[in-house]
Amino acid sequence: MTYITHSESETEALGAEFAKDLPAGTVAALYGELGCGKTAFVRGMARGMGLDCLVNSPTFTIVNEYLGERPLFHFDMYRLGGADELYDIGWEDYLGRGGVCAVEWSENVPGAFDGDEIEVRFTKLSDTDREIRIERGDASC
Amino acid sequence: MLILSFESSCDETAVAVVEDGRRVLADEIFSQVALHEIYGGVVPEIAARSHLEVISLLADRALKTAGVARKDIDAVACTYAPGLIGAVLVGVNFAKSAALALGVPLIPVHHIRGHIAANYLAYPELEPPFVCLAISGGNTMLVDVRGYTDMSILGQTRDDAAGECFDKSARVLGLGYPGGKPIDDLSKKGDDRAYDLPRPTVNGGSPYDMSFSGLKTAVVNLAHHAEQTGETLDKPGLAASLCRAVSEMLVGRTMDAAERLGYENIAVAGGVAANSRIRADFEAACQKAGKTLFVPPLRLCGDNAAMIGAQGYYEYLAGHTAGSDLNAYATMEL
Repeated sequence: MTYITHSESETEALGAEFAKDLPAGTVAALYGELGCGKTAFVRGMARGMGLDCLVNSPTFTIVNEYLGERPLFHFDMYRLGGADELYDIGWEDYLGRGGVCAVEWSENVPGAFDGDEIEVRFTKLSDTDREIRIERGDASC
Repeated sequence: MLILSFESSCDETAVAVVEDGRRVLADEIFSQVALHEIYGGVVPEIAARSHLEVISLLADRALKTAGVARKDIDAVACTYAPGLIGAVLVGVNFAKSAALALGVPLIPVHHIRGHIAANYLAYPELEPPFVCLAISGGNTMLVDVRGYTDMSILGQTRDDAAGECFDKSARVLGLGYPGGKPIDDLSKKGDDRAYDLPRPTVNGGSPYDMSFSGLKTAVVNLAHHAEQTGETLDKPGLAASLCRAVSEMLVGRTMDAAERLGYENIAVAGGVAANSRIRADFEAACQKAGKTLFVPPLRLCGDNAAMIGAQGYYEYLAGHTAGSDLNAYATMEL
């Protein structure tokens, strides 16, 4: 599905709608350049999952944990050089913790995904407008 | 009281010896920035591995520089949160082993509390209460420091940290990592009114909360437009406009908080405190308001272990020690 949003708050609302009924164990792989709304989308995801917490950029810590009945693990692979470094940040451990993983800068870690992930691709149309394409994963590809 | 302290939460591996929370006897730092420059950011695996390689060596060197023997150490302190988890764990586990081997207490220290305490090392006369603005690549928060271990967050960034805004803008402008210094240098040659950048505000939450993501996006958009239209980007002007925007967002809130709380003293901490525009604006604002400004020297603004030893002393006095089951945390409330 492809969506067009016209503001950061619309991007956030789309994230909330997207995450509302996501089953535990879902991995959302986010792709898109600097400043295209990825963190805003994840902030919406947290809200949609009923998590009432501060969602800020995990660029420095690599992963923020938002804990609740169904936790959200917010990754940012911006600083990672490749999938080899996933081991060091405990990626496999997070996959088994019964939460939803949202992964910013997925382009940096192609080896992290097994084909079951949901791809969320952000494209800048203008200073404010964003195209957001959401594609359900398929283990066969 | 002599504290041997460790810091390993991000780029720097550091070991220090601090006496009574105020006097630095040794402050050894091994920076990994050179390793990371080629990646444009911190690479966690490299970080953790390098911490492991140098921490023991640095500890020996710190003791030698301080001129003290292992048996003279009264306690061991370490950063236990927040940071890159693999990196923080190296310091925590080394500190645990050291405390156990020496038979002395182990003191866990919050990294940001350490940054605030850097002010105690630089200014022997400074005592709480004061307002502290902690600004770094990973954090931006305004803190009410009521006592040495009694503090609360007045406001913080709701998205990117101020330092992250500089780092990411620097990347878009083709400058190096970390981005703070090259932007600061470039800004001195530019007109701070060259570009009209936004001062994003935050809906809801604390009036002291901040947002820097919109500012970063504005810089990205300007660079993008210039590239598409073939216009030449006035990089010094953009750097100067960016420094001005960040400074105005930080200084105004900090001065308001100090006024409201009735505090005379204002402290700044963290790596972004090195920015010359932010320093100059704080100096002018404090002079105008009749308040006293404390900004540690540059070497204490970045990550170091002396600040952990300083805060560790006060945590120890407050009875905040840990056992060998101490864990490291990526995120942690102040």
